[in-house]
Amino acid sequence: MTTKLNSVDILIVGLGWTGGIIAKELTSTGLKIVALERGGPRDTNPDFLDPQIHDELRYAARHDLMQNVRRETITFRNNDSQTALPMRQLGSFLPGSGVGGAGVHWNGVTWRWLEWDHQARSRTVDRYGERIIPADMNLQDWPITYDDLEPYYDRFEKTCGTSGKAGNLNGERVDGGNIFEGPRAAEYPNPPLIAAQGMVMFETAARNLGYHPFPNPASNASQDYVNPDGVAFGACHYCGFCERFGCEANAKASPHFTVIPLAMQNPDFELRTNAIVLKVNLDATGKRAVSVTYLDARGREYEQPADLIILSAYALGNVHLLLNSGIGVPYDPATGKGVVGRNYAYQCGGGATAFFDEKTIMNHFMGAGALGTCIDDFNGDSYDFEKAGYIGGGGISCSNSGARPIQYHPTPRGTPRWGSGWKKAVVDHYDHTTSVGNQGAVMAYRQNYLSLDPTYTDAFGRPLLRMTFDFQDNEVKLMNGQADICVAIATEMGAARVDRNISPVPYSIVPYQSTHNTGGAVFGADPGTSVLNRYLQAWDVPNVFVTGACVFPQNAGKNPTGPVGALAYWAADAIKNRYLKNPGPLVQA
Amino acid sequence: MPKQAQGGSNVDRRNFLALAAAAGATAGALPPTEAASAAEPAVNSSHAMHAEAAALSRPDPATAAYQFFNVDESAFIEAAIDTLIPSDTVGPGAMELGVATYIDRQMAGAYGKGDRLYLEGPFGEGTPQQGYQLLMTPAELIRAGIADINAHAQKTYRRPFSALSEQDRIAVLTDLEDEKIELTTVPLATFFGLLLQLTVEGYFADPMYGGNKDKAAWKMIGFPGASAMYMDKIEPFRNRPYTVEPMGIADLS
Repeated sequence: MTTKLNSVDILIVGLGWTGGIIAKELTSTGLKIVALERGGPRDTNPDFLDPQIHDELRYAARHDLMQNVRRETITFRNNDSQTALPMRQLGSFLPGSGVGGAGVHWNGVTWRWLEWDHQARSRTVDRYGERIIPADMNLQDWPITYDDLEPYYDRFEKTCGTSGKAGNLNGERVDGGNIFEGPRAAEYPNPPLIAAQGMVMFETAARNLGYHPFPNPASNASQDYVNPDGVAFGACHYCGFCERFGCEANAKASPHFTVIPLAMQNPDFELRTNAIVLKVNLDATGKRAVSVTYLDARGREYEQPADLIILSAYALGNVHLLLNSGIGVPYDPATGKGVVGRNYAYQCGGGATAFFDEKTIMNHFMGAGALGTCIDDFNGDSYDFEKAGYIGGGGISCSNSGARPIQYHPTPRGTPRWGSGWKKAVVDHYDHTTSVGNQGAVMAYRQNYLSLDPTYTDAFGRPLLRMTFDFQDNEVKLMNGQADICVAIATEMGAARVDRNISPVPYSIVPYQSTHNTGGAVFGADPGTSVLNRYLQAWDVPNVFVTGACVFPQNAGKNPTGPVGALAYWAADAIKNRYLKNPGPLVQA
Repeated sequence: MPKQAQGGSNVDRRNFLALAAAAGATAGALPPTEAASAAEPAVNSSHAMHAEAAALSRPDPATAAYQFFNVDESAFIEAAIDTLIPSDTVGPGAMELGVATYIDRQMAGAYGKGDRLYLEGPFGEGTPQQGYQLLMTPAELIRAGIADINAHAQKTYRRPFSALSEQDRIAVLTDLEDEKIELTTVPLATFFGLLLQLTVEGYFADPMYGGNKDKAAWKMIGFPGASAMYMDKIEPFRNRPYTVEPMGIADLS
């Protein structure tokens, strides 16, 4: 029995960073807005208060703030020849759930992606010719450039109070910042965080080797801060309980205390939590969305009609909703036709663990989520693809985000996993170790995609999303090439011992790697290779917009939240100033 | 909680039970002591002091008994964790830090019952890259694995795992880790992985979960715990030892 509710003007599905930004930006429209969030309500006080939030077991090991896969998960296989099986517990990535989404428990690393990342195909072809692009690689440009997005990057950094140092101010290179970044109109809103011991050693070593180190841009406020919306941030405590945790200090930017409370001040805005959206309903033509079907906390089913629907769930959740709703043509890897689920990508990692003797003291437990020093000398197109043998590269950094001992007790390779030998190694290395890591880009391929699973269903009877993904030759070369560079830096830092590593090949869903899942509903200039136009509007159903990392045609060697937030502002602008004035397709196919 | 092993030795659970029974008490669930009984009010200060002392030595009911494990299983867990993280000159062992209680509580609680596991069929073995594919909750896996290992020990050594010498326990766990034995029900790597994961978790988790007693594992490595405010320390303590008494969540609540 479905209860049909009164129609609203705008419906937002998922209230994390992007849904929160859009809800807040549309406040002045006077339109009735409803947000449906599958998880529960939560706030800094009382949910993230010290000391209870400093609980590694509950939040880091048991994933208390993340999606519970008991009700809803994905299936996974490395390639089409295998049968996909359910991801029965969280591992490789950790989607959020609840008000604020993963924006509550991220680390706060807030990049502008490099100019190359926005124009990856054309810039690669210009410099190397088509032949450098592997035949199965769907390398694709964004439909907008870095310059188009620059003001929106700036907007998001100011909302987040990002702490960092510019390396390119209006085209002028600034030493100590990232000289490979695109031109910025303004400096970061806050100065960089204080570097920890390992980072200082990394910076010296990287300079010795001729590289260009700079502080990671961190949405962990380096000082008390008030953002342009009047939201107050506390200065970061460097408590070392950041990623996977909420922040007790409101120092780590999160939608739950920035954009969402501002949206809530709007009397025309209503948030319904524990509201699980099952599908978007289309009219008989299939060209117009009329409503969504959702369940409330008790399992009662509702139909909520709306004129405009924003899908702002996690990247995988958005693609799942599109496929279950019949919005856009599902991708078929056999023909290469169809778009929904196409160009799913991920990231690849590895690097070097650097073990020092007992005279070097890291105090790694004093950390902030995004505290780190990075080089982009081998990221985007800062390096020679031909010479390196791979496309995309990655950021190489030494991070200091905490040393919580259940999950952080590094030992040299070959150490027993238990017994007195293990314990001695843990004690010998706990405070004398750091790492130099590669955050590697993963390109999109014909054979890596998302689709609906033919066998497994969620608790609501819907087919699960099926992920077919593996690292390809380019990424394996990339991980190895970048790991060699990490080893060289760790050695230059004076490590007594360096262990080199890369992500497991074939890709494994088991160990945690990165919650940077991208693609599946990409934006582009051509409806034949994209689901969304340049304004994140669905080509086929123009009263649906889709936000988040699912829109990226391929991944980058950088955390995605910066462009995810910037694009939410970009889409909000287009909805407010273009779509609402004249509802319909903003770009003619 | 029964008497805990010191110095790498482990009390044989059955012998301990026999002794405890002979002494008129059941191990791990001691009845109220006579001295504290309300039926016999203290008549003078010496009696009162006696009652107080008895109360102090009485085990805390919150940790003094197993909720999940039966006697065979708890004997196995105590022997296994004592082997995985033994007490030695470097630092405390898992047994003395209460890790058996930690694992028992985890198995009795939501995690053990699979509250965050997708357990719909069909079930298939899959590839290692596809991860956990068993129709078992963590509690069911641990229970079945204990029975499997005890059957293996019975067959090989004619006694349960908990009655083996330290050397033989190490040999069994090494063979388990290296997948050199055959077990009836559980996949070796999956069972061993969970057993080791739980042991390490209990050793390093906040003491409010039952392990890491007195924050001894944190003291051993120099982790300051839940009291975490370093904005004025990260720079002055660069490359300098930062030594404080660690704080747990209960200390700060």
